[in-house]
This record gives sequence, structure tokens and C-alpha cells, in this order.
Amino acid sequence: MKEIAFQDIVQTVKRLCIEANYFLGEDVVQALQKAREQEISPLGREILDQLLENAAIARQEEAPICQDTGLTVVFAEVGQDVHIVGGAFEDAINEGVRQGYTEGYLRKSMVYPPFGSRKNTRDNTPAVIHVRLVPGNQLKLTVLPKGGGSENMSFLSMMAPAAGRQGIVDFVVASVEKAGANPCPPIIVGVGIGGSADKAMELAKHALLRPVGQHHPEPEVADLERELLERINRTGIGPQGLGGSTTALAVHIETYPCHLASMPVAVNIQCHAARHKEAIL
Amino acid sequence: MEKTGIRLTTPLTLEQIAPLRAGDKVLINGIIYVARDAAHKRMVETLDRGEPLPFDPAGQVIYYMGPTPAKPGRPIGAAGPTTSYRMDAYAPRLMAAGIKGMIGKGERSPEVIEAMKRYQCVYFAATGGAGALISRCIVAARVIAYEDLGPEAVQELTVVDFPAIVINDIYGGDAYAAEREKYRKLLQKA
Repeated sequence: MKEIAFQDIVQTVKRLCIEANYFLGEDVVQALQKAREQEISPLGREILDQLLENAAIARQEEAPICQDTGLTVVFAEVGQDVHIVGGAFEDAINEGVRQGYTEGYLRKSMVYPPFGSRKNTRDNTPAVIHVRLVPGNQLKLTVLPKGGGSENMSFLSMMAPAAGRQGIVDFVVASVEKAGANPCPPIIVGVGIGGSADKAMELAKHALLRPVGQHHPEPEVADLERELLERINRTGIGPQGLGGSTTALAVHIETYPCHLASMPVAVNIQCHAARHKEAIL
Repeated sequence: MEKTGIRLTTPLTLEQIAPLRAGDKVLINGIIYVARDAAHKRMVETLDRGEPLPFDPAGQVIYYMGPTPAKPGRPIGAAGPTTSYRMDAYAPRLMAAGIKGMIGKGERSPEVIEAMKRYQCVYFAATGGAGALISRCIVAARVIAYEDLGPEAVQELTVVDFPAIVINDIYGGDAYAAEREKYRKLLQKA
């Protein structure tokens, strides 16, 4: 049994919130650079240059990449031999978010109730927390600040199994076309296939954590990722929706077994500022 | 990076916007007003009550944006555009009140594009997500109304060569639709 202190979780989450918003991952930067070399539209190339320059300014000035510093999504993998002491786990995460968003000059975007008066909670809490209990004595925390513009372009289809692979391709491409310029392309497309409606959505979001362009370990799924990326990049949407050959930087699929009557397919889109940072305690 | 485009100075006049066509690059100078979801709802409610808006809308440009808090010594934090369709329900009303320009990102509804033709108003896109870069052309910022809305308060910004692209001109031109179709055809052939 390993003890992890409440304050250690607070400090870690706080740091991850700030770093995720200031420092774009090297995998994303490299994907943008590669896209810049391959983009066929002159305006598209100019926009990709702006995005790279923007990420460099944010890094240099230790300032947010984007003004939408997101809804704070926290993925936690809690080792079953971990004992959290000094307070409740969710309170620790929310305290970390509160401190990170305040001290890091990040925008507080959470409102409650979700309809009606919609008052800002003033500290970006609560976070949306996904917890998995895993073997071992470590606590892995990943912070994914998720912008509203891209999150609003989420789609779910409870397909008939007969729809098959082609049905998935058609639905994902149609989702990206519908999203158009809204989610700030070039995007990362997270796709969840299988499970239940809620599980598919969670898979799609989880898919956004994979390093950009790293394919699924199963060849059949990796093939589908490649086909989807190619199809999406032939839509012509392009950087910022202003036309071109770079609409998505990557398609990441996560799968799960599902009921014999079902084939849930979920799409969760991440903008070009594909931010996330993790730490292990 | 060198910035190029047609220089515009607010408040916009018909002489300034009539030559603009979908796809043109512009550099906006002067005062622009920040307002997004909650502020739009409140401004339209204000007009419904027959009361004046927090600023004189004649010829003005509204920027759909919610900045991060300014770090010490800076006028503003990251300041890129938010997705515009959420303001579609309110935009025609503000155009009728005199607004001549909107800055955001993403497609507008057919009703809004129609209203832009009727009221002679232009929709510009700024680069979504480039909040750190865009903040460099904002030289002053102050909250002028609805402070209680926090990041959704109405702000007055002073901008110098703010780069944007004309998406919808006053003739119904649509840069998103045209460019996407052009590249789709090109890529399907390849």
C-alpha cells in the first residue's frame, strides 16, 4: 500500500492545468510542421504557419495557446494499492483545477446551472473526472483542457450491426463535414466504437490522449484509422475550414466489445491545440 | 510573419465594406467590441425593452471572443475567436441596430447571411485557437458592460492591424463554401 497525500494531487493537477494550456505537445507541433510541408493551399499553409507561431509565442511567454482554456477533463488511473490520505480524491482534483486556473491566468468557463441563469462558477470547477481502478501502486493523472467549440462538434450514432465498417466510415466523415470550420481544423478525430452509448463517448475522448498519429495496435483498427484520415483529408475543408488538404492531423480509434444488437460509434473532435499533460505519482 | 491585407478602420462605412469580397484578407484597426453568448442574449433583451446598447452600434464591429485574464503588464490574455453560429439567433437584430462587422470563426446560418445582405454587414474570420498570436495586435482592453458575466463581459478593444479574412460579403459570397468546394474537387480528382 502506497500513501499519496491530498496536497500532492492538488499540486500535480494545478501544474498540469497550467502546462497543458501553455505548452503544446511536441507530437502536435511535429504533426503541424509535417502538415505545413504537405498542404496544397497557399492560405492553408499561411494558417498552419500562424498556428506554429502561436504555439511558439505561448511557450515563450508562458501564456495560454488559446483563450478557451477549456472544460477540465481529468483522466485518473488509480492503482488499487494506493491509499489517498488527507482528503477526498475529487476534492483534491477540483482544488488543483481551482488553483491552476486562477494562478495560471486561465479562463474560467464553467457555468451552473446548465440552463437558466448559467452563473460562472468562477474557478473552472468542477472538472469532468474519469477514474479507472488499475493494478499497482501508482496514480496516473492526465489533464485534457477541452474547448467548447470542438466539444460541441461531438456526435453519437447507435448503428445497426449491419452498417458494418462502411457505415462507420460514412458516419465519421459526415460528422467531420458537419463540424466544418467550427472545431478549429486541422483536428484530431477521436472515435469510440463499441461498448454502450456512454462507453463509446468515453472511448472517443480517451482516443484524444494518444500521441498524434500513433496508430491503434490492432492492424484492422489501424487500417480503419488510415482510411478515415485519407477520406477526411479529401473533404477539402482544410485549415480553419478555408480549404485545403489538411483537415485532420490524425484519426485515433478506441474499441470495446458491445452487445450483439449494437454498434455504437462516437466522434469526439479535438482542435489543432490538442492539449494534454500527464503525471505519475 | 509579414501581415498583408486591405486596411479597414472602425467604425466601418459602406465605402469601406462595399469593395470587400469573400476570401479577401483584411487588417482591422481602431475600436472593436467584444461580446459572446450571454452578452448577446442580454443585448437583444435590452433592445427588446427599447433601451440603448452599452455602446453606439452604428458602423461597429463585434468580436465573438472571451479572453483569458491578462497577465500583469499585458492589456489582455489569449484572445482568439469563438465559434460564431451560437450568436446566429441574435446577430440579425444587432445588424438592424447598425452593426457593420462581425469577427468569429465557423459557418453562419442562411438567415444570418441573408441578413448581412439586407443590412450590409460583413462577417470576418480570425484564426481560431491562435489566441496568443492575436493578442499581440490588441493594444488596449477595458470592460464597458456586464462585468458580472466574467469572461463574457462586453469589452472595448483597441486593435492595430488585426488580421482577418472576409467570409461573407454583402453580396452573399461565402469563402468557406467556395474554398471547400474548390479543394474538394481538386482532391477527389487526385
